[in-house]
Amino acid sequence: MASSDGSARPADGRRAGGGRTPAPSGGRPRAAGRALYGGLPEPGPPGFAPRVLELADELRREGLAIGTSELLDAFQALRELSWTSEEGFREALAATLAKSQEDRRVFELVFDRFFFRAVEREAVERGLREERFGGDGDRLPFDLDDLRERIREAVRGGSDGEMRDMARLAIAAFGRQGEGSGVIGVDVQRIRRSLDLRGEAGGRELPDPDAVPQDRLREFERHLRRELERALIERTQSLPPAKPLREFDRALPSGPLQDLAAVHRVVAQLKRRLATRSHAVGGRRRSAAVDVRRTMRASLETGGVPMRLRYRPRRPRRPELYVLCDVSTSVTSASVFFLSVLHALHDSFRKLRSFVFVERISEVTDVFERERSFAAISRAIATDAGVADVSGYTDYGRVWLEFLTEVMDDLDPRSSVIVLGDARTNGREPHAQAFARISERAGRTLWLNPEPRLYWNYGDSVISAYEPYCDGVFECWTTKQLEVFVNALAGGRAAPPVVTR
Amino acid sequence: MPDPAESVEAMRDGLEAVGYLAAESTALVSFLAAKLGKPVLVEGPAGVGKTELAKALARATSRKLIRLQCYEGLDEAKALYEWNYRKQLLRIQAGAGAGETGDEGWSGVHDDIFAQEFLLERPLMQAIASPEPVVLLIDEIDKTDQEFEAMLLEVLSDFQISIPELGVMEARSRPLVLLTSNNSRELTEALKRRCLYLWLDYPEVERELEIVRLHAPELAETVARKLVEVVHMVRGLDLKKPPSIAESIDWARALLMLGADDIDSSVFQRTMSIIVKHRTDLDVVAERVGVKLDDGVLGRLGTTG
Repeated sequence: MASSDGSARPADGRRAGGGRTPAPSGGRPRAAGRALYGGLPEPGPPGFAPRVLELADELRREGLAIGTSELLDAFQALRELSWTSEEGFREALAATLAKSQEDRRVFELVFDRFFFRAVEREAVERGLREERFGGDGDRLPFDLDDLRERIREAVRGGSDGEMRDMARLAIAAFGRQGEGSGVIGVDVQRIRRSLDLRGEAGGRELPDPDAVPQDRLREFERHLRRELERALIERTQSLPPAKPLREFDRALPSGPLQDLAAVHRVVAQLKRRLATRSHAVGGRRRSAAVDVRRTMRASLETGGVPMRLRYRPRRPRRPELYVLCDVSTSVTSASVFFLSVLHALHDSFRKLRSFVFVERISEVTDVFERERSFAAISRAIATDAGVADVSGYTDYGRVWLEFLTEVMDDLDPRSSVIVLGDARTNGREPHAQAFARISERAGRTLWLNPEPRLYWNYGDSVISAYEPYCDGVFECWTTKQLEVFVNALAGGRAAPPVVTR
Repeated sequence: MPDPAESVEAMRDGLEAVGYLAAESTALVSFLAAKLGKPVLVEGPAGVGKTELAKALARATSRKLIRLQCYEGLDEAKALYEWNYRKQLLRIQAGAGAGETGDEGWSGVHDDIFAQEFLLERPLMQAIASPEPVVLLIDEIDKTDQEFEAMLLEVLSDFQISIPELGVMEARSRPLVLLTSNNSRELTEALKRRCLYLWLDYPEVERELEIVRLHAPELAETVARKLVEVVHMVRGLDLKKPPSIAESIDWARALLMLGADDIDSSVFQRTMSIIVKHRTDLDVVAERVGVKLDDGVLGRLGTTG
């Protein structure tokens, strides 16, 4: 592979750039704003192999575990494929470098960004320019209403290429006022508004004839962003610095309700993991039943005389869980997520009792056992649980006291108590002593906080009052963090909960 | 027919010829697996045709399929090899009888009872020992424990098995290995490192339509399209068990047998147990999908797309 030289670079460009047409027309003189915008970063060594290594390096920075053996595989795979198909190139790299669904998603994002930048750099260096629609002539080939309609058509059912063309048309028509604002996100939204594009509402209102499907709209916005970025690079002759993927892209979709499906995907995975985790671990100690087959097999070492008995491994006992979930308004978005986590837990743990609380606490175990659909559960909890009393503000202190009277006698060292909440007491007495008594009786006490650690103990958050009594306090607003917690809950010590105070 | 290991296109055509419509990435990874001799780790939701892919590969390359179904507690005695201890005991006793005449020493017995003859070959061993190359399917690898995975490493990277009493058994032919996983637990890095990775997802409407039409060609196009759209809609709900591709095909065949020329709510009510197999799921589906069938929302979706 190392023998490939500069001749590979145009192939690179063709592969990743899609339908870009190199148009070496005179265009604008180069290097106008180079000094202003920082110009191009230093290029690495030329050739194909270094490009792939750079890509791997960027992937590593995003947390993919790519070893030398993966890279060797990748090069081996690329050798078997033709150079010209972008699809093949991308799939071959993905199959060898990204080894999980999560990794694959990161791979897609990084791959697009990396080769987009590589192509743009190449274009700037060679002075290639796009031909623009109606660039200098002030007048567009067709009128705006017609354009709106055509774009809407393309967004609804057009192919990727059509959408891209339409995005470029839209920028030509609406994006040129004063060369844009310079902030791409702002420009995208402005163009979307001028185009009068609306996503379909999820509710039961009458369908809007002009609305387009949400996901297609997002796709179109992605094209807009990309084309704007391309124009900006061309104008300034500089590449913007490569930012790491925003944590936002990977954060738990805890926002508005339309993301519920995404939450469910995360939870479904968690569910399956718990299903095997909770009994896959555990030892072969304190075994009782003799395994005849293994004993016979072992007896061969001693000439057929069973000197040592072999036992069947015994399955560890499942833990008993008590989950308390804050459903007040300060954690609205998170509680949707938490409720679905609860939902998942109910399928996996037989001995699970769930409680929701705002000002007071209410047991909802039977709701979860009765109802399958998540929507029905949230409705039942909202109407019947009776957790809000007067003000509707969370009162952690009172919740502990009530929890104690309700389940004190059932708590024993085998049970784990999990609290899902932000520990914002709205200035009321935290009753940390009551919490301490809960944690004394229970084997383990774990706390999941949906706020980033940065906000803990600011304002009315009193998490530090409870932290000493917990066996673990986790911040939980991304899938990664949730996994850390799941490992602690089910993977670490499932059988006898270990008290680590 | 060209050799499927010749190019990506040949692999795709080969798979199609045996009734498996492979997506671009599936054909590509299968081709790479055959070409590079690397195992493939296939992940995806239940019922997207992971196991079917292995079977199709075996048919397309005209190799024998050896299948190892994994489950909790699977150990090497069931997966790799086991000494046939009954036979060994018989041999020892026969030896003891003969030993009175004094012509058989300890070493003779020892060498003898740990010979090939007393070895019971289990799937992994079979795959490696086979003189003809085979397709080895290790199904639901995520059901086993990590110890088993560790044991697999030697087989998957070097295609050899160490038997303490016999030495190292090397592969006589290189099998095409597929491991499937439902992602119920994270597999170890070491295992992933040795595999190519393929994520299979439910196909798009168009592709699934092709699949259904391939397996139930007599079904009218409009009915088939509506069927696939309903299945996609059902998959969009939060069900205990979403319908698999095989179930769409079953449903198509059932409709053929019933002679249905349209899917309306009454047909759906009678036949939906083919795609939905949980008491609670049935209620959800009847409530959410059943009503939409009559107001003409479906069928229109596809024609615009």
